[in-house]
Amino acid sequence: MKLTGAEIICKALEYEGVEVVFGYPGGAVLPLYDKLYDSPIRHILVRHEQGAAHAADGYARATGKPGVCIATSGPGATNLVTGIANAYMDSVPIIAFTGQVNLSAIGRDSFQEADITGITLPIVKHSYLVKDVNQLAATIRAAFHIATTGRPGPVLIDLPKDITIAQAEFEYPPQVTFRGYRVPGRCDSAQVYQAARAIGEARKPVIYAGGGVISSNAAEELREFAEKTRIPVTNTLLGKGSFPETHPLSLGMVGMHGTAYANYAVSYSDLIIAIGARFDDRVTGRLDTFAPNARVIHIDIDPAEIGKNVRVHIPLIGDVKPILKELIQRVEVPDTREWLKQIEQWKAEYPLRYTNEEGVLKPQYVIEQIWEITRDKNAVITTEVGQNQMWAAQYYKALRPRTFISSGGLGTMGFGLPAAVGAQIGRPDAVVFDIAGDGSIQMTVQELATAVQYNLPINIAILNNRFLGMVRQWQELFNNKRYSQTEFPDLPDFVKLAEAYGAVGMRVTRSEEVRPALERAIATPKPVIIDFVIAREENVFPMVPAGESLTKMVGC
Amino acid sequence: MRHTLAVLVENQPGVLTRVAGLFSRRGYNIESLAVGETHEPTISRMTIVVDGDDLVIEQVVKQLNKLIDVIDVQDVTQAEYVDRELVLIKVNAEPSIRGEIMQIVDIFRARIVDIGYNTLIIECTGDEGKIRAIEKSLKPFGILELVRTGKIAMVRGQKYEED
Repeated sequence: MKLTGAEIICKALEYEGVEVVFGYPGGAVLPLYDKLYDSPIRHILVRHEQGAAHAADGYARATGKPGVCIATSGPGATNLVTGIANAYMDSVPIIAFTGQVNLSAIGRDSFQEADITGITLPIVKHSYLVKDVNQLAATIRAAFHIATTGRPGPVLIDLPKDITIAQAEFEYPPQVTFRGYRVPGRCDSAQVYQAARAIGEARKPVIYAGGGVISSNAAEELREFAEKTRIPVTNTLLGKGSFPETHPLSLGMVGMHGTAYANYAVSYSDLIIAIGARFDDRVTGRLDTFAPNARVIHIDIDPAEIGKNVRVHIPLIGDVKPILKELIQRVEVPDTREWLKQIEQWKAEYPLRYTNEEGVLKPQYVIEQIWEITRDKNAVITTEVGQNQMWAAQYYKALRPRTFISSGGLGTMGFGLPAAVGAQIGRPDAVVFDIAGDGSIQMTVQELATAVQYNLPINIAILNNRFLGMVRQWQELFNNKRYSQTEFPDLPDFVKLAEAYGAVGMRVTRSEEVRPALERAIATPKPVIIDFVIAREENVFPMVPAGESLTKMVGC
Repeated sequence: MRHTLAVLVENQPGVLTRVAGLFSRRGYNIESLAVGETHEPTISRMTIVVDGDDLVIEQVVKQLNKLIDVIDVQDVTQAEYVDRELVLIKVNAEPSIRGEIMQIVDIFRARIVDIGYNTLIIECTGDEGKIRAIEKSLKPFGILELVRTGKIAMVRGQKYEED
């Protein structure tokens, strides 16, 4: 039986096990939306296409399944761009369907035409412009395969309107073959053996765990590996949840706003075991002074990450999980007693710290309370970008994978709320918090309407200092407190804003109000905004100034 | 150091853009790029000359390999290979000096492919050194136009064992 292109898309999504898509209709995708109307696939109507891409991203990170978003041609497609770039930088599997003008109209500057495959070329793992309806099913199969295997990433499928109307026999290929795409297979055992020996010989080893541990679902293996070898573990921002941050071997986050003890441990180590991490500049600080005495074992599925930023002595290319399993079997246990003593000393000497002052609400305290109240719950934290994100990274101790979702590589303000929408849709039973700032929340606050429409009990904690806090902090430290364009003298009343959207708004100005407000928010079966009025010029410390060595921290 | 890469790609629209985009995005310098269909019509072959140290070239090769439409990347620089480039040069050639130009053309085993009122177009094939040399030799006559195809390269076949 012949199906239209739009019907083929709906069927293909069912074959791929897609339960929910995030999107926004428009002229070029009308045929698709007409078929979605009868499809069992749930469609979440966002309020801006950027929200659809971020929600698909948040959904993917919270569930481990690929996220799907749909936008119309032209402005709909270009509105997805930030979300696609975000997913690309953080290696998140999303599939973006964009409408396109009719095949014959392409290239004529037609109404709502944009060359979206061209625009997104540098920010997708791959993209397709479908020119033949007979290729549509195989294209969708290929897109899902590419997005979810190897190093995951976004794939875009551009759909000319006439392709969605044209008919073809539907047959969903069980698999697709590629001449130019191969997922790394088993890692070379000789390399694993070499790594196992190097680990045994090390005296000051550190595990540096990134988002790859989570996308490989290898948190259990990482824990077993660390506990067997007694090697301390630091994690990246995206690696939060790969190893419980309350574990005695945990050093918390490394890098620009990492803990002092993580930065010291990495800097003085003699062996770095990088697992699913990419030596980002926010992690390494100044490259030529990064861990000067360390040999480097790098486990990663993407061969291009090996040696990209730092010299790697033993590369282990492949999926993290099986490699860790093999390494656990073969590793020689190093003597880390002295090293762990040294680390305990650093932990005692340079803990994360802030001072609570009478009558002033500190953001760190708010995060600690959010952590206290959710630590034993099935909870997912999303963040925006800036000070709110770094305080969350420092004071929210992630315990399990897929519980801490943040925009790492791209640093996208406005990510947190739509990501929380996606996470809550994917995990309806979870307590979801978006830790936000007064700047970031205004970038995608329209998604509050989405949360209200679908009764998503998301809790939005705005750390409100009426500043673009992180930029202000840099201006304080590096520009003589010249606060150029970082102050918001006239913010909306966030309580009224919440109410205007049909959500619940609260304001908290004192420490003792924090806990009751959080309890009330969690008990409220609707979206809630809590406007935490915090100390205006509180800084995120410690801090490694940009381009400095990791040991050159200020404020610790 | 300059490296010559032989890159097999899917013969599909947009592939050249993906490859060129990768080079500009990551800040690699393409010195020349030549592309055409192979004997297998669904596969095109690109010869890319790129300048960079070993680390850069390693990254270039790895990043190219990450493109879904790239089937194979070979750095032939260290191998025994044949390389050729074709150049068309239009030179000033008043009838009185044509003889002199034709001698140069002969020396380089090039060909004259067009005679105009006051011009000649010369076609020359060869490796980079030869192309540079003929260009230099013709310069004094006044080069009006010059177009090069970019280098193409192929690794030499395995030789018969000598007794």
